[in-house]
Amino acid sequence: MGKEIALEGNEAVAEAMRQINPDVVAAYPITPSTEIVQAFAQFVADGKVDTNFVAVESEHSAMSACLAAAVAGGRVMNATSANGLALMWEILYIVSSLRQPVILTLVNRALSGNINIHCDHSDGMGARDTGWVQLYAEDVQEAYDNLIQAVAIGEREEVRLPVMSCLDGFLLSHSYELLEVETDEAVREWVRPYQAINPMLDIDNPQTFGPLDLYDYYFEHKRSQMEAYPPAKEAIVAEGKRFGEVFGREYGLLEEFMTDDADLIVIAMGSTCGTLRDVVAGLREQGVKAGMLKLRAFRPFPAEEIAGALAGASAIAVLDRAASFGAHAGPLYHEVTSALYTFGEQIPTNNYIYGLGGREILPEDLQSVFTDLTQVAEDGQPVEPVGFLGLRE
Amino acid sequence: MSHYPPDAKWHEMERGGIIPQAGNAEEYHVGGWRNEHPVRDDESCIDCLFCWVYCPDNAVYVKDESVKGLGFSAEHCKGCGICAQVCPKDCITMVPGGDFEDAGDEPEEA
Ligand code: SF4
Ligand code: SF4
Repeated sequence: MGKEIALEGNEAVAEAMRQINPDVVAAYPITPSTEIVQAFAQFVADGKVDTNFVAVESEHSAMSACLAAAVAGGRVMNATSANGLALMWEILYIVSSLRQPVILTLVNRALSGNINIHCDHSDGMGARDTGWVQLYAEDVQEAYDNLIQAVAIGEREEVRLPVMSCLDGFLLSHSYELLEVETDEAVREWVRPYQAINPMLDIDNPQTFGPLDLYDYYFEHKRSQMEAYPPAKEAIVAEGKRFGEVFGREYGLLEEFMTDDADLIVIAMGSTCGTLRDVVAGLREQGVKAGMLKLRAFRPFPAEEIAGALAGASAIAVLDRAASFGAHAGPLYHEVTSALYTFGEQIPTNNYIYGLGGREILPEDLQSVFTDLTQVAEDGQPVEPVGFLGLRE
Repeated sequence: MSHYPPDAKWHEMERGGIIPQAGNAEEYHVGGWRNEHPVRDDESCIDCLFCWVYCPDNAVYVKDESVKGLGFSAEHCKGCGICAQVCPKDCITMVPGGDFEDAGDEPEEA
């Protein structure tokens, strides 16, 4: 059995990394993810892990070193935030193209400018097309659990994709919460040993990685990469179930909270789901048929599952903790409404952008969303395309 | 011949776009890129093999640690001129025109 202790989100992530004991960690510090790497470096210095820790001069180098170590055949982990992720951009695509299951903890933070170190999802949303699996955590327990599952999901034979395990900067990374930390043996047994496919260090079978790939084969290679994502979706469900069987906490692509008979459903990701959960429960007591759809896996995007979970609602709101400049709404709204359209659901859907740069989101803000939705349900059309929560206007 | 037949379908690709086969650069022909070609003056050549080491396409023929009397691979020389640049004796000249005779790595009959 594990033990219940209080840890900050970053400490919980570092603890999971220690238990996983990866072959290589190459990282560069950036707020609010710095503590993860700092704590892990201490584990390395104290001989508590067998990891080869590579201190590098930038995030671009960090992800490059991670890629190289993964191609060589190692289990590789890393952590970053916002501008650090932006500097990794080029290599993020190469890691997924080469089908290397590198595990990155992304402590979500606003991208500059102006400079802001607090939470929003602009970093993760920007990386949505990089080919990485993305999981978003609601609380510290889930951040810990997700990182362990990320290893098993990414390393499944039919998947072999990199995974970003995301947690909200400061709101989770620097908040102490009570969580269940499992034993080292149980975690190591659960993640299973890693066996790389076609490792470069297999010198008896020399291969070429990342060759020039022009109009004659590149398209076929990209198409074959797309084939990894449906199994990744299945892997998230299967590993979430296996995690539940062993540790008692089961996870899926999304969580439906009081949605079964709900008229008004709000969709969100990350720590806001905790607040939303309370607001929904409160509204239920007042007789409002409210529900929450928590999205845990943003990539691969569970379009069909979302449309299925929302079918039957009379009004929906999508909460975006990021803006998509020049688009008519936030990134999550686009994905959700596209899913509804594709799977034949015609439900009026509001979009709200909130929490940019760490702006607080209060229960009153979320209650106002349900008040809007009552109107939307009556009118049968959205109040306005995009609303803002917590903005001085 | 490349690793894949030219009509290979997407589901026949190797995972991660790797080439699981060594020495495949030989199958990559860049001769068609060339608009000038190297010509060596064997008189001043000292067989230092710089040209052979630096050529990015393994297009410099060498035999028994000597390039003398041998030419360049018409299939692999892309006409970049690196061999001429690195030669310490300036004995390689880049001559306009892509065409040249490829005599292979067998020395020409005297
Ligand atoms: S011109 Fe370039 S490709 Fe041709 S032999 Fe010289 S170095 Fe090699
Ligand atoms: S670099 Fe010049 S001198 Fe050296 S082997 Fe080549 S041609 Fe001869």
